[in-house]
Amino acid sequence: MKSLEELRAMKEKMQGKMGIRHDSETEIKVVVGMATCGIAAGARPVLAAFTEELAKRGQNHVAVSQTGCIGICQYEPVVEVYVKGQEKVTYVKMDAQKALRVVNDHIVNGNVVTEYTIGAAINNK
Amino acid sequence: MQEISLNILDIVQNSIKAGASLVRITVSQKENMLTVSIGDDGCGMDEEQVKNVTDPFYTTRTTRRVGLGVPFFKMSAEMTGGSFSLESQKGVGTTTTAVFDTSSIDCMPLGDINETIFLLVTQNECDFLYTRETPSGSFVLDTREFREILGGIPLSEPEVASFIKAFIAENSPD
Repeated sequence: MKSLEELRAMKEKMQGKMGIRHDSETEIKVVVGMATCGIAAGARPVLAAFTEELAKRGQNHVAVSQTGCIGICQYEPVVEVYVKGQEKVTYVKMDAQKALRVVNDHIVNGNVVTEYTIGAAINNK
Repeated sequence: MQEISLNILDIVQNSIKAGASLVRITVSQKENMLTVSIGDDGCGMDEEQVKNVTDPFYTTRTTRRVGLGVPFFKMSAEMTGGSFSLESQKGVGTTTTAVFDTSSIDCMPLGDINETIFLLVTQNECDFLYTRETPSGSFVLDTREFREILGGIPLSEPEVASFIKAFIAENSPD
């Protein structure tokens, strides 16, 4: 059974190992839309998939955050990826599987997953 | 919304937006009555806003003309024969309470409440006091206790987050 004692022990171990992270080290930002429209469309598993996969891969330079409704409810769940020095990429109709692919292809390897972007969604209409 | 726990995730966003420093979430099951209460110490609402907040065509936003979060929550409780109430005071905070009759065919499942709590706790800066009560036991999670132990280490730190995930899963009553 997990207890607060365990957390105390964890803190002892982590101390010293933890450097202070500066905002400037956050080179990539992942923003998940978590308004009513996003949540109803399935944003919760998407947010969970991003945080879990990034942690698993030790991607400490990536910050995950949430935002409200950005006005394209019909495309939710929407995820925006900001890479320093590059144009913002908007992914639409996301799910947990697609999130893993975005982490792997875009965030780790630098290749935008074009087929999930809003541009592709509009062109295929 | 297909789960009550998604409604909770949605309603708590309002508390966060209201600048709350502590959000209290209680999910309590007694016989066939499920009570969900979300209270915050955020900016609160004035009388006009309280009167209109359950109207789907009222929103404080300017980008669109509907606001469905609170109306959805109210509807999902009331359609089970349960009830909904909202109290708010400017400068003090807001408390929303919904009661569901879980024996009603129209009652949606609570769903993955653990994931909702996990994401809220690890992905936000404010504190949470989460209480879960069921006939088989009760569980309290207080992020202020976590922060006191951790000093400045954020709850989103992967090692800490995976501890919190397991802490919720192992201690929550069924």
